[in-house]
Amino acid sequence: MTTKPSTGRQGPSLFASLGQLFKARETVLVLLIAAIALFLSVYTESFARTGNLRALLLGLSSIAIIATGMTVALVSGGFDLSVGSVFALGGVVGALVARGGADPLVALLAGVLTGTLVGLINGLIITKVGINPLITTLGMMGVARGATFVITQGSPVGGLPESFRAIGQGSTLGIPNPVLIALVVIVVMDFLMRRAALMRNIYYVGGNETAARLSGISVDRLKIGVYMLSGTFAAFSGVISVSRFAVASPSEGLGFELMAISAAVIGGASLAGGQGTVFGALLGVLLVSLANNGMVLLRVPVYWQQLVSGLILLLAVGFDTITQRLRTRQKGVIKQSTKNKI
Amino acid sequence: MADTLLHAKGIIKDFPGTRALDRVELVVRKGEIHGLLGENGAGKSTLMKILNGNYLPDEGEIIFEGAPVTIDSPYRAQSLGIGMVHQELSLVSELSVAENIFVGRLPVNKLGLVKRKVLHQQAREILDRLRLPLDPNTLVGDISLAYRQMVEIAKAVSLNCKLLILDEPTSSLTEHESQILFELVRSLKAQGVSILYISHKLSEVFMLTSRITVLRDGSLVGSYPTNELDEDEAARLMVGRALSNLYPPQGAAEPEVVLQVTNLETDKVGPCSFSLFKGEILGISGLVGAGRTELASAIFGVDGWLQGSVALHGSKLNIRSPHDAVRSGIGYLPEDRKTAGLYLDFSIQRNVVAAMLDQVTRAGFVDGALERNLALEQMQRLNVRSTGPEQVVRTLSGGNQQKVLLGKWLAVNPKVLIVDEPTRGIDVGAKAEIHNLLRDLVRSGIGVIMISSELPEIIGMSDRILVMYGGRIVAEVARQDASEELLLSYASGRGALHTNTSPAVKGAS
Repeated sequence: MTTKPSTGRQGPSLFASLGQLFKARETVLVLLIAAIALFLSVYTESFARTGNLRALLLGLSSIAIIATGMTVALVSGGFDLSVGSVFALGGVVGALVARGGADPLVALLAGVLTGTLVGLINGLIITKVGINPLITTLGMMGVARGATFVITQGSPVGGLPESFRAIGQGSTLGIPNPVLIALVVIVVMDFLMRRAALMRNIYYVGGNETAARLSGISVDRLKIGVYMLSGTFAAFSGVISVSRFAVASPSEGLGFELMAISAAVIGGASLAGGQGTVFGALLGVLLVSLANNGMVLLRVPVYWQQLVSGLILLLAVGFDTITQRLRTRQKGVIKQSTKNKI
Repeated sequence: MADTLLHAKGIIKDFPGTRALDRVELVVRKGEIHGLLGENGAGKSTLMKILNGNYLPDEGEIIFEGAPVTIDSPYRAQSLGIGMVHQELSLVSELSVAENIFVGRLPVNKLGLVKRKVLHQQAREILDRLRLPLDPNTLVGDISLAYRQMVEIAKAVSLNCKLLILDEPTSSLTEHESQILFELVRSLKAQGVSILYISHKLSEVFMLTSRITVLRDGSLVGSYPTNELDEDEAARLMVGRALSNLYPPQGAAEPEVVLQVTNLETDKVGPCSFSLFKGEILGISGLVGAGRTELASAIFGVDGWLQGSVALHGSKLNIRSPHDAVRSGIGYLPEDRKTAGLYLDFSIQRNVVAAMLDQVTRAGFVDGALERNLALEQMQRLNVRSTGPEQVVRTLSGGNQQKVLLGKWLAVNPKVLIVDEPTRGIDVGAKAEIHNLLRDLVRSGIGVIMISSELPEIIGMSDRILVMYGGRIVAEVARQDASEELLLSYASGRGALHTNTSPAVKGAS
């Protein structure tokens, strides 16, 4: 290995060495998260309590699942703004089916498949009609949210059977189910994104779509798959959340799409596509949640939370951009700004 | 010397880990066209960037018009009278020719509004001086690449330029467009402007310049009057060894048809018919826009077929997408390697396996060791100079990038490889390597179709040449009959100078 320490720009490593497992960006995030956690456990009494940690992890599990799908979309060179709405729609569909007396797993499946279907429509519009992902998923964000309100007539769906609520309220091996589910999703998806040939092709598409097409990769099918995956995860997260809270509110998940994008980008994904890891996105979610949790515990007014989340995003990306520029400058490939040109 | 315009003395420039320029000397006289030659990485770009004020030299001095100068910004260079036209054009296509020439210094009235008439007139003067048949009001987006380049030159000239640096000005021009550029360069020279001309195309440098400076590995090899050198000698000076022959010897075509294209038509080309024989390189010549790339994309399944068929080794293929083409054993090296070929931010190994991931995949998972081995194999075969398979492709030189792209296709073991401008913008050494490689491929039984705008390359490499014009194949020329004049005459639609024009349907040799 003679290359300089990479910064997560090259996509997933192949576990060639342990050092490669943690790209510079991910290592920095891990250290930062550890430092904040250490600080909070020393300076607040409540942070290290099981109750707080449990609430923290439960709280971030919904967004972590969504961020996983978002990472895949970002890697493919697109993104999905409809996930917040799909989160609500999937939850509402799952709740209605469950209240109708169906088996909890059937209800779960119905909710999840709603998300898959929305994703399929997104994918078809993007690839076959040719509307860009921003507009397509922005439109779908409205459509799915609207559909949720139409279906529920604006009121929350409650009265869910005990068996359905058990999915989100239960624990396995002492770990709350939503946390466990998020963990499984992340571990499996992270592994697949690093190793599976199918997922590798998503990196190719995001890295250079024309080249990918000319390399014989079926770009359109892959992209449709990406949006189906993103929709599926968003709805899955929505159903789990509804089951946990025992109520499906049509206004759930507002702003989740931007939180998920932030987390993925903090973790190393790029809006230009071709880079990012699921593990990185998880670190992004953890960092933002931890910062928010810390502020609550330190009694910082809640109004600061959004400001700090935004700052974390800017700092993470700014740090990366600057180190990247320094690295290229060392190689002597200065790109003079064009404004100085003739 | 009194007629010296620019004298760069003992220029040293270090970058971390490398010395990009080591005591380089360059003398450009007033009103001369001076050629600058060197392989990629020889230090030409660094030297130019120093003259243009992008870099400051670590040591050495620059004398311009008899006085020592410090060029610390492109703006400074501009005010001294040094202008540079970049390889990548920096024009705004939504603005007019006049607005582009005077960008940043448009004549305005007291209200800050542009004085259109004055602008038009000033632009007109400059265009007239350069004898460019352009309307100042035309949008730059509507004119051809060649004329855009000339607008760039007009922009530099309008700044009262005394030394004009042209970096690979013909790399994306056709032969005909290049001719227009050469005329312009000569007329600028006649008006007393000195020109520093950088090109990989030796024939151009020899035709235009009166003196040539050769760099190699950051050092000065020497400056020579052009008439004391010849192309072989110059190439030898650049690479530091003799390039025995510019093109590898031909092979012997066998009567076996590898690829048979019959009446292939898309909404961009056709109908086109031709055969590719085993053991031959089939060249496709023509002007830009003649449909060469479109024909290649048609065979490769990028555009839908309206009619026609393609058969590989006698069996008909149903190609509806590049995916189908790759599956059938056809590879396509696109003309623009950066935008259509490479994954610039990915490692070499990741690029090499991009078209054949299945072969390094076990049970759905990419096998890292297999991937690496395959990349190493291709890197060795193609002599890719890098720090290892993990190096990011963006940081490689143009020649090495092209080799990586070729490696991607060789890894697939294609039966037919279509290469579109395979040596555009890469240095002499890498070019010769790629030529030899293509010849080796053909010898091993792969059919190669080569598209090139460079006539010497087409003639030097091909066993048979198809000429395209207006989306159709208008002629087929055997190598022994091929000359630049003949190919150009077909390519410009003037038809046959020869009597034995074959309609190129069944392509018998």
